[in-house]
This record gives sequence, structure tokens and C-alpha cells, in this order.
Amino acid sequence: MAAAAGAAGQEKQLAPTLLSFFIYNPKLGPKEGEEEKKILFYHPNEVEKNEKIRNVGLCEAIVQFTRTFSPTKPAKSLHTQKNRQFFHEPEENFWMVMVVRNPIIEKHKDGKPVYEYQEEELLDKVYSSVLQQCYSMYKLFNGTFLKAMEDGGVKVLKERLEKFFHRYLQTLHLQSCDLLDVFCGISFFPLDKMTYLKIQSFINRMEESLNIVKYTAFLYNDQLIWSGLEQDDMRILYKYLTTSLFPRHMEPELAGRDSPIRAEMPGNLQHYGRFLTGPLNLNDPETKCRFPKIFVNTDDTYEELHLIVYKNLTSPFSLPATASIPPTLEFCRKLDSIVGPQLTVLASDICEQYNINKRISGAEKEPQFKFIYFNHMNLAEKSTIHMRKTPSVSLASVHPDLMKILGDINSDFSRVDEDEEIIVKAMSDYWVVGKKSDQRELYVILNQKNVNLIEVNEEVKKLCATQFNNIFFLD
Amino acid sequence: MSREPPGPGEDEAPGAPVAAAAGAAAGAAAGAAAAGEGEGRARGGGCYLALCARPVHFEKANPVNCVFFDEANKQVFAVRSGGATGVVVKGLEDRNPISFRMEDKGEVKCIKFSLGNKILAVQRTLKSVDFLNFIPDSPQLEYTQECKTKNANILGFCWTSSTEIVFITDQGIEFYQVLPEKRSLKLLKNQSINVNWYMYCPESSVILLSTTVLGNVLQPFYFKSGTMSKLSKFEIELPAAPKSSKLSLSERDIAMATIYGQLYVLYLRHHSRTSNSTGAEVVLYHLPREGSCKKTHILKLNRTGKFALNVVDNLVVVHHQDTETSVIFDIKLKGEFDGSTTIHQFVLPPRSIQPYQIPVAGPASVTSQAPVPCKLYSSSWIVFQPDIIISASEGYLWSLQVKLEPVVNLLLDKGKLMDFLLQRKECKMVILSVCSQMLSEPERGSLSVIATVFDKLNHEYKKYLEAEQSYTMVVETGLSRSNPLLKRPVRTQAVIDQSDMYTHVLSVFTEKKEAPHKFTIAVLMEYIRSLNQFQIAVQHYLYELVIKTLVQHNLFYMLHQFLQYHVLSDSKPLACLLLSLESIYPPAHQLSLDMLKRLSTANDEIVEVLLSKHQVLAALRFIRGIGGHDSISARKFLDAAKQAEDEMLFYTIFRFFEQRNQRLRGNPSFTPGEHCEEHVTFFKQVFGEQALMKPTTF
Repeated sequence: MAAAAGAAGQEKQLAPTLLSFFIYNPKLGPKEGEEEKKILFYHPNEVEKNEKIRNVGLCEAIVQFTRTFSPTKPAKSLHTQKNRQFFHEPEENFWMVMVVRNPIIEKHKDGKPVYEYQEEELLDKVYSSVLQQCYSMYKLFNGTFLKAMEDGGVKVLKERLEKFFHRYLQTLHLQSCDLLDVFCGISFFPLDKMTYLKIQSFINRMEESLNIVKYTAFLYNDQLIWSGLEQDDMRILYKYLTTSLFPRHMEPELAGRDSPIRAEMPGNLQHYGRFLTGPLNLNDPETKCRFPKIFVNTDDTYEELHLIVYKNLTSPFSLPATASIPPTLEFCRKLDSIVGPQLTVLASDICEQYNINKRISGAEKEPQFKFIYFNHMNLAEKSTIHMRKTPSVSLASVHPDLMKILGDINSDFSRVDEDEEIIVKAMSDYWVVGKKSDQRELYVILNQKNVNLIEVNEEVKKLCATQFNNIFFLD
Repeated sequence: MSREPPGPGEDEAPGAPVAAAAGAAAGAAAGAAAAGEGEGRARGGGCYLALCARPVHFEKANPVNCVFFDEANKQVFAVRSGGATGVVVKGLEDRNPISFRMEDKGEVKCIKFSLGNKILAVQRTLKSVDFLNFIPDSPQLEYTQECKTKNANILGFCWTSSTEIVFITDQGIEFYQVLPEKRSLKLLKNQSINVNWYMYCPESSVILLSTTVLGNVLQPFYFKSGTMSKLSKFEIELPAAPKSSKLSLSERDIAMATIYGQLYVLYLRHHSRTSNSTGAEVVLYHLPREGSCKKTHILKLNRTGKFALNVVDNLVVVHHQDTETSVIFDIKLKGEFDGSTTIHQFVLPPRSIQPYQIPVAGPASVTSQAPVPCKLYSSSWIVFQPDIIISASEGYLWSLQVKLEPVVNLLLDKGKLMDFLLQRKECKMVILSVCSQMLSEPERGSLSVIATVFDKLNHEYKKYLEAEQSYTMVVETGLSRSNPLLKRPVRTQAVIDQSDMYTHVLSVFTEKKEAPHKFTIAVLMEYIRSLNQFQIAVQHYLYELVIKTLVQHNLFYMLHQFLQYHVLSDSKPLACLLLSLESIYPPAHQLSLDMLKRLSTANDEIVEVLLSKHQVLAALRFIRGIGGHDSISARKFLDAAKQAEDEMLFYTIFRFFEQRNQRLRGNPSFTPGEHCEEHVTFFKQVFGEQALMKPTTF
């Protein structure tokens, strides 16, 4: 899948790309000749009107057709030689469609390029999940489609969709999507009880003294420690923070001293932290105090909140919080002065613990395996396969073929409810093991020469005993 | 020793100022204009001092009735006509008065029972003391002991036990043992020393003698079972260099009391115009059993005039007659430390003693008239250590009490309030009510205040748990025999444990539901944090309360996170509670199983849980994983497999047990004891007889 991989000889592999992405509602233009009204958003916009209508019509027809066979579960995807279409109906009658071109192997035959479409490379579950996340992300920052319709009809909805997806679609990196996109999990930072309670206490006091703060989360770098938001909202907010907001702010920092933010630091010393959303400079009374709005609990209380992301300068913590009314500069200064010093104290506590943890786990020899763990119940995710997330991609450190096997095992798992275990012998001494116990899934990639099935099984047992001894994970 | 209330025969008329009679104030400062601030008069309520409700009533002093008070036994003696017409002894502790008659052999100067009311000693002259046995079946005739030192005058005497007595003369002290059967005394020890005046602290058996011309060098002696030991002497710093060589330290300005288990000499230093002090102060000298006496604390009175001292519940109470108010000091509270002494300000604003109504004499049925209000801070009051106030003119003896409820509203800093309350004897209910108060409107405290209070409570709680634990350890290891001093730690009221907090504060608070749930949960977590911080194991009912509250507000994700970080510690009851939540929050099932797994003593429970969900295979794999599959009941698993209505599952389970039977007994068939007949029949029905495993023979 990755473009970098295996461009051996004359062969050249072209990664999957986004062909088109559109959102429509069949109820909006039911009459003939009014088909265009159904279309709420279409990417790329340059496509000729009739083609747009044709494509939308085709999707509508497919969904309608498959509905006759399975009234509750109409088609989710359509496989063709050149591409794959994914359908998603997040709200009643609102359809989102994503068309992805299959990866291509470009060969040269008699001096002419020949394209070979890899029809079976893409995993349905991965890209369906990507499509669902598109909606979740939209909803986080804009609320539901229906809400926009209520606010100002089709016009407002179209504006919001345009504004959001125009930018968002550029950040989709379809070539590096894998199993983790299916899980869309949360990586938790391990902590001892006492430190955790201290953080609890800190957050509670902070929320008490800054009473417009409604919910707070607490992160250590990319890892979550606490979320006051409900699980589903946190899941998507976490995704936004770790794949978009944090990396965007990380880059200038990594860039070195010459970056503009670094340069302003000396004059900024009286401040403890920085607002990743909201004002850039607390000293500047002219600075704009605008925070992005987010929408949470949309099924229930439908809350519209302002997202404040505060990051401490001296510790790896960040504190995404949400406020019920727009925060002022005054508020930001207060938050900085209350939270800043305490975070620094907490940081030393936690760093100490982090080093202890590291020493304990570091004592053992680095094992010969890599794994992905996911728990559906709390969305806890742990991967030793993926490198650090960067703004552009989260790269897997193993061969795409192995990642594909993982994806296949996952699809198998999702078909049945019972506990399962699948062991696959892959190419060049690789073994892939998938285990499912209740709501947990574990995928292990082993690379050992001349081992048999029993030995692989033993290895995985050992792994479970060391990594997962405190949970009920059946061998 | 006792300082006798002025009797009718004495120079001082009844109703002499309290300070003059009771060892307080007056002296140098008496002339200084007392600032009549009257601040305490503004009765803004909150009287934190009170006279006890059941005083000792005695016949008031008059020309024929002399009244004496004995500090050791806390008894009042009313001696009528030198004893000829009767002596009535009443005590605070023993409510039954002792009355007797004795021959009138002259004016009584001092009269006291030995400890346990065994022997009565009466001083009538300057040279001798008379004794009278009160032991049944012992000689009833009086006997007399003259002081050994020639030309010495007896200043007084004090009993140090039921048969040991010390005479204090102007030339030294004489320590005797009384032999009641022989009606004689045996001199145990004596010591020559010039004595101006003396003072006795019965609680610690220490006699303090004022020596030297100025009187400011104090010599303490300690008495214990027939021995007398001289402690190191020390000098009281006088406020200004005395102009002439005359007695400059009056016994009125000195008191002795035990505060927090340590003996202190309290010196009331009057305001002197030469020094730049803002008022009088009480200087505390710590008098250890060994080592030298050190000045340790200064209590700032910030006023001048006549004062009297009491010590109640380890608090130093200073009464100020001019303003008719009192202040209290707690030397355990933080003060200003100057390198050698700690300077304390009074804890609470000055307040008067709570108004007191004198019950009208006579049978209750007859008295219809209103009780008479008692004149407080009367000049006829006499104050004794540690907590006695006597009104000789009215014939009442009270013990002074500290009331904690009013303190709550006077001490607004909750942290300081807790420090104060935790040191008091009867603090428990007040502390619990403070806790309840700070959790509810209108006086809801901030979380950081609440955290401070919890930490203070748990600090005290932990101290007790540790003492208890080390005691148990010593007892268990049998080391207690080698250490006879070892005592089981006393659980004071300041030990507020989890069950107290749960019953009186937290469960009530969570049930009220007046606070936003965010606050409720924050408070519960704060308490759990505090317990953890002091490494106190949290009781299950607190976790239950947290879970109940979270469930009530549908905060399952929060609950999940708490469990994920093991904030709610693992236990079987908690796991069962989680299981019960499964129907409203499905992930609770997984959380519960994880918990049972971590407990490692709950394998049976895990099997039960899995079987109840028809996860027969999972249960079997689990039990095999921990090596328990040879002893499990086949019937139980087969039952569950049959209920699952999955024939293949039943087949698998059945085959597993056949194989087990084969392995364990060499035959695949079930024994009658396993009660699996119905399952065998079912198996044959479904899969046919030939499907049964054949016994393998080797």
C-alpha cells in the first residue's frame, strides 16, 4: 500500500487515492430534474454537474437495490476493478459516499506503461471506518446535519459541509490507513493509583475554581489519562488532538529555535503554558480569544461547547477542557495562573513514576514480537507496531502485507461473537497471531526462524502472561 | 498543697478579689489602669467556656464556717466551729459527702485527706500537724507530728499518696510515711532550703519551692512511692530588675499544670512600662522529669489588668477580670518561633464564660421562682488548677469546661479549626458536624479546604492505626513481656475512621442530593485520595458509595476509568457489585472478570460467572489454564452445556470429561458419584451409543 514500498525494477506501485467524496440526501430532490438539489457536498467540486448527478444516482440505486435483500443492512461498499465505493448513512437519509481508487502496479511492457489494479488490496472495514470518522469529526465541530438544517436549511448545511470537508479531506491519508483506523482507540498512559488520584483532585479543583469549565481531559503527550467527556465524544476528540492539533504544534517546536513560537518565549516567561486553541499571546490585549466550538452528547443533551486546549510548557501535559460560554482573555490568564504551577508539580511526580515504569519494563530483553491490542469496552489501544504519530501519517513499522493479514483476521473476528484464535504463517519467517477474548483483541507479529505452531503458541502465551496478566484474557 | 480560700478568721475578708486569693494577677499590674475594652461583653454569642452543670454546693464561708479546698482530691471542706459542730467534705468526683465531727483544738489552718480518704491531716499550729485515721478497724485517736527542723514554721503540707505526706516549712521540706496502726510517722527524707512559698501539682506529684530573696529561683521536687528526687532548679526571668531585695515573684503569678502530658510552670508576667510589650503575657516553662527546665512558649495576652489561669483540655485559659472575658491558647497550634520559644496569640476572640443560672435551693417541686443568674468573674472567685473555680461567698465549686460547638463559628479557617478540634477530648461529633457543614449549603467549603480537612483527619487516623499495628506486632512476637511499659494505644475521639465518616457525613451527604453530582463525586474522590495518601486501606462501603453515586448519574465512563486505574481497589464484593451492573452497563462484566482474575483467589467465582453466561468452553479453558480441571464437577459443566442448547458444545464438553475420566481412572465412563447419568442418556440420544468413548486398554 505504501508508495515507498517495493518499487523494484520497472514496477512502480501507486497508493490508493481518494477519487471522490460526496454527501447527499435523496429526500431533498425527489422529483426528476431536481436531482442536483440532493447533493449537499461534492468533492472534487470541478466535476461536471451531470456526472455528479449520475454518480449520486448510481449510489442511490445500489443502496436501494441491495435494500431489497437486506432491509436493515444495505450495501456498505461496492467493489469494482478500478475503485471501491463506501456508503454510510450517519443520519436518516443523509448519505456519505467515499470513492477510493484501488492501488495500482505500474508495469512497463514494450516501453508502454501497463496498469494493474490491485482489486483485493483494500480492506472494507478500514475504509468504512475512515468514512465514519469523517462524519464523527464533522459532527464534533459542527453538530449534526439535522441541526444545521434546523439552523438555516440546506444553505447553512451546505456551507458548513463545504467549509469543513474542504480542508478535512486534504488531511485524509488513505495510503496509510490500517487496523488502527478500524479501532479508533485511545492510548492510555499507565499510572499508579496515587498519582491518578492526585490528578483527579487537581482537575476537580480546577473545574471548581474555573466554573465555566464543563468537562476536562488530561493527557500525557499523546496518551490519555482522564476524560470527563463521554467515551464516544472523547474518542473523536482524542483523534483530533493526537492526529491533528498536537502534531501541528509539535512541528514548529521541533523545528528549533528559529521558529516564531520559540522566539517569543523569552518575553513570555511569566506564563506557564500555551493555548493550542485560543489566544496566542496572553500578554497582548489585542490578541484574539477565539476557541473552536465543539458539539458533544449530540444524542442526548446536545451541548455546544468551546474547546480550550492548554499545554504546559514545562511538562508533557495538555489539558483539553470545554467551557459552556466563550472564554475571555481574562479567563485564559486565570487558567494559566491556576493550572500552570500545579501541572509542573504533577509533572515531576509523574515523570518519576514514568522512569520507574521504564526501568521495570526495560529490565527485560526486548521481545521478538510486535503487537496491537484493543479493548472494545474502554477503547484502550496499544500498539508496538506503529511509530509515533506525525501530523501526516501514523506509520506502521511492518510490511504492508502483514498489516493486511491483521486486517483480514479482524474481519474474521467481527463476523462471530465467540472467542477465537487465528494463527497465520506469513512470508519469510513471519507468524501472525490473532486472539479474541470477550471484547478484547490481540494481534501479534512474530519473526523467528524455524519455529512451529506449538512454539508460536507458547510465545504468545508468554506475551500474554507478561503484558496482560492483570486482565481476564483467556489463553 | 492547697491555697485555702480565705476563711473568716483570716485577714482577707470573704469576697477578696479572685486574683488576690487564687494565684493570679494583681501585684505590679493591679494599679495599672485596666483597659476596659469590654470587647467580650459584646455577647455576639459563641461562649466557648462554661461552668459545669452540676457544681459542688457547700455551706458558704462565714464567721463560724471555714472553707478549705484540697486540689489533690478536689474536695471542699466546710469546717464548722473548728470541727466541733461538724466537718462536711464534698468532692467533684465523689458525690457522696463525708461528714464527721472532730474536737475543736483551735483554728484550723489546713485540712486534707490522704489519697483515697484514708487519713485526715489537720494543721492547727505552725509547728505541727494532727492526724486522724479513717481506715475501718484502726485506732481512732488523733496523733500529732511536729516538724523536725528547729525553729521552722510549717507553711503547709501535701499528701503524695494514701500514706505519704510532705511538710513544707520555711526552712525546707520533710517527707514522711504515716503508719496509721502505730499512730506515728516515719521521716523518709528531708532537705534544708529556704522557702518563700510552695506549690503542689498533684497530677505529676511535683512540689515547687520558691527560694532566694527575690523568690524567682524555683526548686522542684518529684515524689514517687517513698522516694523524693530533686529536679534541677531554674530561674524565672522577672520583667524588670527589682529595685530592692525583696520577694519579687508571687505565688499568685505562678501555676503548674500538665499540658499534653508534659508538666509546665506557667508564669504570668505582667505588663511592664519599661519593656515594649503590648500587654501581659503567660510564659510557659517546660519542666521535664529529667534535664533542665526550659522556657518554651509565650502566650500573648495583649491586655493588662487582673488575670487568672486555668488549664482545661490541654488549653491554657486566661480569665481577665476587668473585661470579664477569657481567652484560650493551644500550644500545639502553630505559633511564631523565634529560635527558642514559640509565641502564641489567643486562638479565639475573647468571650465571657457562658451565663450561668444558680439553681434555687430547696426541693425541686417547691421552687417556683426563677433561678438566679450567677455573677461571673466575681471578685470572690478563686481559681485552682487545673480547671477549678470556686465562689466562696456563694458556696459553689465548678469545673470549667470548653464547649466546642461555638468554636466552629469563631474559627473560620477550617484547617486551623481542625487542628484545634483534633486536640480536644470530646471532639468527635463536633468534627463530624463540621465535615457535614462544609459539604452542604450555605457554607459549602471549596474542594481544597475539604481536602485539607480530610488530610488532617486521616493524619490522625493513620497515627492511631500505626500505633495499633506496632502494638499488635509486639504482642504477637511475644516481645511484650520484655517491655512491661507497652500499652495498647488509646483510641481518642480524634480518631475519625472511615466508618465514622461514612455513617455521619458521606452517606448522608450523597443521599441529600442537593449538591451538583460533580461536587459529590469530587468530595468522595478527595476522601479516597486522602486515605490513599496516608496509605490507609479504603473500606469497601466507600467504593460502593462512589459506584452508587456514579451509577445514579449514569456516569459509567467515569466509573470505567476509575476501575481502569484501580482507584477502586479490587475485592470480591466489588466484583460482585459490578456484575450486578452488567444489565445497565455491559462493560461491567469485563471489569468484574478482570477484577476476579487479579484477586487470584476468586477462580471459583470466575467459573460461575462464565457458566452463568453459558460460556462453558471459556470456563473450561480457564480452569484448565490454572490447572484446576481435574477436580471440577463434571455435572456442573454438563448442565451448563446442555442449557446452552448447542449440541456440538455439549459433545465437546462431554468428550472432555470422558477423556478426564480415562486419564484419571483408566475408564472414560462416569462414576455414580458424579451424578451424570442423565447427561450420558442425553448424549446417547443425540449422538448414539457408539459415540461414547471406548475404554482404551494397553
